[in-house]
Amino acid sequence: MSASKKVHVTTTINGESTDFLCEPRHSLLEVLRDNLGLTGAKEGCNNGNCGACTVLLNGRPVDSCLVLGVEVEGAEIETVEGIACSSNLHPVQECFLEGAALQCGICTPGFLVASKALLDKDPNASEETIRFDLSGNLCRCTGYDKIVRAVQAAGQQMSAEA
Amino acid sequence: MTSTQYRVIGSRPVRHDGADKVTGKAIYTADTKLPGMLAGFVLRSPHAHAKVVSIDTSEAEATPGVHAVVTGKDFPNVENKMADLGEGSVNLAYLSSNCMAQQKVLYRGHAVAAVAATDVHIAEAAAKKIKVEYEVLDSVTWVLDAMKEDAPLLHDDLVTDSMGDKAENPSNVPVHLHFEKGDAAKAFEEADVIVEREFKTATVHQGYIEPHAVVADYNEDGRLRIWTATQGSFTARQQTAEVLQIPLGNVLVTPCEIGGGFGGKITVYLEPTAAILSKKSGRPVRITMTRADVFEASGPTPGSFMRVKIGAKNDGTMIAGEAWLAYDAGAYPGGMIGPGCMCVFSCYDIEHAVVDGYDVCLNKPKTSAYRAPGATQVAFATEQLVDELAAKLGMCELEIRQKNAVKEGSRRVDGPVYPPIGLEECLQAVQESDHWNTPLEGPNRGRGIAAGFWFGCGLKSSAACTVNSDGTINLLEGSTDIGGSRTSIAMQLAEVLGLEADDINPMVGDTDTAGYTDVTGGSRVTFATGMAAYEAGRDLQQQMKTLAADLWDCSADEITVGEDGAFTGAGKTVGFKELATELFQAGEHLVGRATVSPECPTNGFGAQIADIEVDPETGKVTVLRYTTIQDAGKAIHPSYVEGQLQGGTVQGIGWALNEEYFYKDDDTMANASFLDYRMPTMLDVPMIDTIIVETGNPDHPYGVRGVGETPIVPPPAALANAIFNATDTRMTELPMSPPKLWKAMQSKQTSE
Repeated sequence: MSASKKVHVTTTINGESTDFLCEPRHSLLEVLRDNLGLTGAKEGCNNGNCGACTVLLNGRPVDSCLVLGVEVEGAEIETVEGIACSSNLHPVQECFLEGAALQCGICTPGFLVASKALLDKDPNASEETIRFDLSGNLCRCTGYDKIVRAVQAAGQQMSAEA
Repeated sequence: MTSTQYRVIGSRPVRHDGADKVTGKAIYTADTKLPGMLAGFVLRSPHAHAKVVSIDTSEAEATPGVHAVVTGKDFPNVENKMADLGEGSVNLAYLSSNCMAQQKVLYRGHAVAAVAATDVHIAEAAAKKIKVEYEVLDSVTWVLDAMKEDAPLLHDDLVTDSMGDKAENPSNVPVHLHFEKGDAAKAFEEADVIVEREFKTATVHQGYIEPHAVVADYNEDGRLRIWTATQGSFTARQQTAEVLQIPLGNVLVTPCEIGGGFGGKITVYLEPTAAILSKKSGRPVRITMTRADVFEASGPTPGSFMRVKIGAKNDGTMIAGEAWLAYDAGAYPGGMIGPGCMCVFSCYDIEHAVVDGYDVCLNKPKTSAYRAPGATQVAFATEQLVDELAAKLGMCELEIRQKNAVKEGSRRVDGPVYPPIGLEECLQAVQESDHWNTPLEGPNRGRGIAAGFWFGCGLKSSAACTVNSDGTINLLEGSTDIGGSRTSIAMQLAEVLGLEADDINPMVGDTDTAGYTDVTGGSRVTFATGMAAYEAGRDLQQQMKTLAADLWDCSADEITVGEDGAFTGAGKTVGFKELATELFQAGEHLVGRATVSPECPTNGFGAQIADIEVDPETGKVTVLRYTTIQDAGKAIHPSYVEGQLQGGTVQGIGWALNEEYFYKDDDTMANASFLDYRMPTMLDVPMIDTIIVETGNPDHPYGVRGVGETPIVPPPAALANAIFNATDTRMTELPMSPPKLWKAMQSKQTSE
């Protein structure tokens, strides 16, 4: 089996117009990590079970291991690297730090991206909504308690700032 | 109880590596990229047990893009020598053949060959062109079956070592342990009430989100550089050097950020293979496991069979205990049976006890540590029997635990006599908790409690602190940081020197730069590496006193260091930073250092309360409320202590209610994915309330006990007790998943 011909893709990543070449079989996660050096999105399972590779595709959280690189032509993608605005951390990043909502940190980028998507839509999300919305992201270290609280705290901060 | 007021200890600063980890900048092994790096792929056995008749790699080698192929033939012969891994030891011949099979494969997923190519897809496609001829053998995956005389033998030369006596004939049982104190048989005769049951638990996995990964670069000068996801860079170096039969000093291991371990990232799996691929290709090679590889070919923790019996007097005093334990070792000897024996009666002061333990080889991956390895299984058994004893005696389940709780001076069945410990205080905290004092109401609901113990070890740690010209510190230590330990270590140095946590820049060094440090495991890092940092600070103060004496024209003996780290002498008092700056300007640059090897266990005890509701239609258990209580000795960073309690508890809830290796008829795993293995998601658990008890550990300058492991011990037992109280059904098998609980409830109804 030889590698297929590469395809040219034009997309926007974290607000910057970006071009890349990829084989049709390459996932968006592979493209981000291997071609573009954006290693914030992590591979935990490569089949959409763990959420460590979550990125926003046109504002919607997706498992980037389940999206093909060739599918993002013309799309807008946001990764964890794009969440902080200039040198200021986003409230969700700040609240994860203040609330000790990470231990090993491998699931953290996925949680941050998914949490931001939720809070952009509903900063006053209830505990139940948070748990439902983020249930596609696995964390094995924290038992989730401090993550839920950090997302709630970030939502409050975002509402207050709005 | 310690009454000392600390400035830094007990506060909750933001962790030093926090910003890196919330911005995606933190570098984990799979994020490492070297010029010319190749990708490796490991070909694994599809069979649970088979002879490897032949391997033909020619087609793979001829594939464009392939630079190297390795099989067992490329691995040097390693003698049957035991190597100390810090927390446990390993037979190097077994370790080597676990990395790459030689004549036989012993479990599905056992590595048989590996390929390095320009791209992982090319490597995978080429690996699939390797022709391996297998002669499939009978296999066994249930511990009691593997102990039978006619069981398929995994190792022809393996004989049972029973407390030093070697058996004549080979078997699958490498070790039989036996412990006793007093006269258990006689005590059972004198007991007024006896409870006895058999219990089973399934194999479970640590479930860290980061798959095992390694980058190896075998240099032309013979120097091997390794970047890896490991809990212990020094043990990874030793294992790799010994498997490859190269000098230890030729190997440099750089620990990357590590995405969870829980005991499963101590043994090497990929490092020697990546090194040989790199040597053969002349290029750096990166290998990452797939998630299925992680389940099938790393080190899950043992499934078990246990028969436990406890006898008590009518007043509730437990007087006799007996346990017969058989734990999976996996494909190679050396499972978790030792700690199982240690922990089975570790919470109760039972005068007469006898414990037999068996380590059993079978066709599953070689087991590994998982957070208090071996303790959760026995707690599931013992803590349910304690509830049954209480019921028979008409006592409250908390009261019977309080009456029999171990305390200073109690002797454990495996020998040690406890120093001051905190189980009684934890049970007191249960009694005083809001949770315990809030009645649980409603149908199909129940509350359960359980206690837990992990001994917690000391081992070896090192720390060095370099003083900057402004009096801030660069702290170099060797404990890979899985859960915020850079900060809990730095805080102890800050406290002793009178600095703030962010005056310290902690750095986890590689094996060339950091002093020898054992694994991040055994609940030891905040205790032992924290102690090393404290001692390094004391070393620095000693040096500064001597130098200040010159500067101030007085004798060093006249200079004292206060609780706030300030130096007083020659009529003046100067803070650490001020003196450090003054000394630097005077031409003195300072490095404090310390190595420690505390031999004392830290004895972490805990207790938990679980409220649940059972759906009678499906057998599904919903956790309504949960409280985890633990004696931390002294909590250095309370948020991260809470995090350990909450994380361990939720892992224990997963172990209790759902997780298991599900084996098909051909003894291969049916559920090697996160979707099918099904660890708890955020939706499966409530908030986990925590109560930190602080009894102070006299063996540590700030009173620290290890906390990381104990929280996983009580959940299956606490939940089983809660299920019994909700349904009147006693669950003796893990996991207590909906089909199993539903079936148990049905058969109970039928039998009534």
